[in-house]
Amino acid sequence: MVSFKNRSVISIRDMSLDDLKKIVDTTRFVKESNPPDFMRDKTVATLFFEPSTRTRLSFESAVLKSGGSVFGIANPGSSSQSKGESFADSIRTVAGYCDVMVIRHPVEGAARMASELSDTPVINAGDGANQHPTQTFLDLFTIKEILGTLDGLKIGIVGDLKYGRTVHSLTHALTLFGAELTFISPPALAMPEHMLKELDDRKIHYRNMEDLEDAGKHNLDILYVTRIQKERFGDPQEYEKVAGSYRITGETIEILGKDIRIMHPLPRVDEIAEEIDSLPNALYFTQAHNGIPTRQALIGLVTGGLD
Amino acid sequence: MDRAYKVYSIQNGTVIDHIPTPLALKVIRILGLGNEGIMTIGIGFRSKKYPAGKDIVKVENRVLSHDETDMIALIAPDATINIIKDGRVFEKRQISLPSEVRGILACPNPNCATNKLGAEKHFFLEDRISVTYRCKYCERATVIEADLLSSN
Repeated sequence: MVSFKNRSVISIRDMSLDDLKKIVDTTRFVKESNPPDFMRDKTVATLFFEPSTRTRLSFESAVLKSGGSVFGIANPGSSSQSKGESFADSIRTVAGYCDVMVIRHPVEGAARMASELSDTPVINAGDGANQHPTQTFLDLFTIKEILGTLDGLKIGIVGDLKYGRTVHSLTHALTLFGAELTFISPPALAMPEHMLKELDDRKIHYRNMEDLEDAGKHNLDILYVTRIQKERFGDPQEYEKVAGSYRITGETIEILGKDIRIMHPLPRVDEIAEEIDSLPNALYFTQAHNGIPTRQALIGLVTGGLD
Repeated sequence: MDRAYKVYSIQNGTVIDHIPTPLALKVIRILGLGNEGIMTIGIGFRSKKYPAGKDIVKVENRVLSHDETDMIALIAPDATINIIKDGRVFEKRQISLPSEVRGILACPNPNCATNKLGAEKHFFLEDRISVTYRCKYCERATVIEADLLSSN
C-alpha cells in the first residue's frame, strides 16, 4: 500500500508506477468529490527562491481551496537570504513554522537538500533545469482524464527535447506506463543519449524523427508540444526557420488525424496557432486548470489529510 | 628480482598493484590515507599490461576494508589488491565499482547544490560498463574520470 504521509516529493526518478497511480487517482478523487477542508489546521510554506508566479499561485490556491493556511516568500529579494543567511539555515528555521514546504530554487538539487535538513516534507516546485514533478503529475492526470487510460499510449513529443526538464520527467513517467514514444525535433535539440540509453535499458519502443509530418504515419494519441527557445540558436534566421517548421496549425491536425490531442506545459509563445485553442484537440488549458486538484491531492497526501 | 630492491616487501598490510601510471597519488587521495604509518609509493614501473607504466602503493600495518578498496575501481578498475599477513599473501582481492560514492567525487555541474549550496557530494552507480554515476542532487549522469576527484 503506497503512502505519501510525511514523504517529500522531489523527483520523478523516485517514483514507482504505484506512486504515480496513487497521485493520479487521488487527483481524480479531489476533482470529482471536492472533499471539504482536508487541510484544516495545516500550514503550507511556499518558498520561491526564484520567481514563478503561475506555479506559486497554483499551489497557494490549492492550499486555500483545501481549507489550509499558506505563507511564503515570492522572490529572493524579500528573504533573509538576501542578508546572507544560508539556504540550509533558512530551511531549518521555516521547517518549524509549517507542515509542508513547497520549494522552488534556481539551483539543481536544492529541494532534495532541503528535504534532508528537517522532518518537514518538501514538495519540489522546480529546481533549476532538473525536476518539476508536479507538472508531470498534472500531465499524467490530464491524459488519464481525457483518454481514460495511461497504459500503452502512442505519444509524440515535439520541440526542445535536449534541454527541456518537463520533457525528461514526462518521458521517464510515461515509460513506466509502457508508452510508445515518438520524438520529433531538430537534430541539435534531440533527446540526449543518456535518456535514450535509459529507454533502451527498459526495452521501451521509441523512434526519433526530424519532420513533424512523418509523425502522421504513427497514429499518435497525443502530441506533447514544447517551446524551442531562441537562445539555443546563434542565428535568428535559422531559429525562425526551425521554429516555424514545428508550429502546430490546423494543417498539422489534419496530418496527425482528427483525434490527436495537443498538450503543452505553457506558457506558449507561438508554437501552437491560436486557431487550435477552440478545437476539442486542445488540452493545454485543461492541463493548466488540473494543476489545482493535482497540487491539492499532493499536499493532502504528504500531510496525511488525504490517504 | 630487480623490482624487489626498488619497493621493499611488507610484513603486514595492503598492497595495491597494477595502478596505471601516474594514478598512485590519486588512489591515495581516494582512500583518504594520510598520517597513518608507513606507506610506500612506486611510480612508473615497467609493465606488460600498461605500456606507459604502472604504479604500486603499499600500506603497512593496515588492512583496507572492501568498501575502501572498491573505491579504487573508480579510477583503476584493473588494480590488484593483496592483503599481506606475516610476510605472506593472505588474501587476493577483486574490486568492483561501489554502488554509491560520498565525498570524494565533485559534480561537474556548476549549478548543482553540491557546488552552490554546500550539499554533500554523493553519487549513485548508474552503469558499470561506462563507469557512469548519477549525482544524488542535480541528478545528472556523469562518466567518471580521475579529474573529478575533489581537491578537498
